[in-house]
Amino acid sequence: MTQIIVVTSGKGGVGKTTSSAAIATGLALKGHKTVVVDFDIGLRNLDLIMGCERRVVYDFVNVINGEANLNQALIKDKRCPNLFVLPASQTRDKDALTKEGVGRVLDDLAKDFEFIICDSPAGIETGAMMALYFADIAIVTTNPEVSSVRDSDRILGMLQSKSKRAEQSLEPVKEFLLLTRYSPSRVTTGEMLSVEDVEEILAIPLIGVIPESQAVLKASNSGVPVIMDQESDAGKAYSDSVDRLLGEELPLRFVTEEKKGFLKRIFGS
Amino acid sequence: MSLLDYFKSKKKPNTAVTAKERLQIIVAHQRGERDAPDYFPQMKQEIIEVIKKYVHIDSDQVSVQLDQNDDKLSVLELNVTLPEEK
Repeated sequence: MTQIIVVTSGKGGVGKTTSSAAIATGLALKGHKTVVVDFDIGLRNLDLIMGCERRVVYDFVNVINGEANLNQALIKDKRCPNLFVLPASQTRDKDALTKEGVGRVLDDLAKDFEFIICDSPAGIETGAMMALYFADIAIVTTNPEVSSVRDSDRILGMLQSKSKRAEQSLEPVKEFLLLTRYSPSRVTTGEMLSVEDVEEILAIPLIGVIPESQAVLKASNSGVPVIMDQESDAGKAYSDSVDRLLGEELPLRFVTEEKKGFLKRIFGS
Repeated sequence: MSLLDYFKSKKKPNTAVTAKERLQIIVAHQRGERDAPDYFPQMKQEIIEVIKKYVHIDSDQVSVQLDQNDDKLSVLELNVTLPEEK
């Protein structure tokens, strides 16, 4: 049974695309055939984060409009055999995504793939609504910051009323919280909402906490999903999140302040 | 960070607590409107307009809230802060 997972947030810049790329890659590395679909029509960026920007020929909208078939548009990842990318189109046509068209493409993908990751655009416009409409699972990406938490709560409302599962009174979309750009030291000093704070406010199960990390920018600079950098804390935290998504129970890592040793204090980390 | 800063920082208010309190209020409010029917925002606006016709008040002195007590019962709550008569 194919699982459709939407990575969403409402607010922009919280790490949806970074997380989509990391989670899709993580699932594929675990041996699951996975496709990650960019729903940000007009502002394509997943291809850059995945490092396949120069291999885009056809896109999602071309497939919907029948100008190309899926096999022509899907880009096979060079690092990971089970991983494919369906890039967004750069059209400025806002109505390029239709419920019927998106549904048809997802049905086709479901014949081949175990996981379909939908990378949602920010906002609550068509692209974002289409990305969440068909979802079985939602990963609500949130920063420990007021506007992001509020927008995440808005998106949870949409999932509960505007998704296909809600409309057809099926079993509700499974919602998970992914807390990103977390800075344990700032939580200690009382400058940042803690994991527990955000969990309490949004009241959905936590799937992972990704620490604020320099590895994320380095990864996007080079077009390699950060999960491939298993030396980094962010990479490890994404791996843990993927394992939890697959049903494993793991303790949280990187949520408490790392005590700096004497030498580290002097020479820096 | 100088030694002086170290002592100063202890006195800083805990802004995370403020953030949490503000979020709890706004999110509760947001959820109240989430389950409301589509016509609710317009109805709310019209109720406020009607009251304004008779009493001189600002929109923020009126709160119209829909509370879902259980599956069968919803309560429409209307709170108006009337101006003091002079």
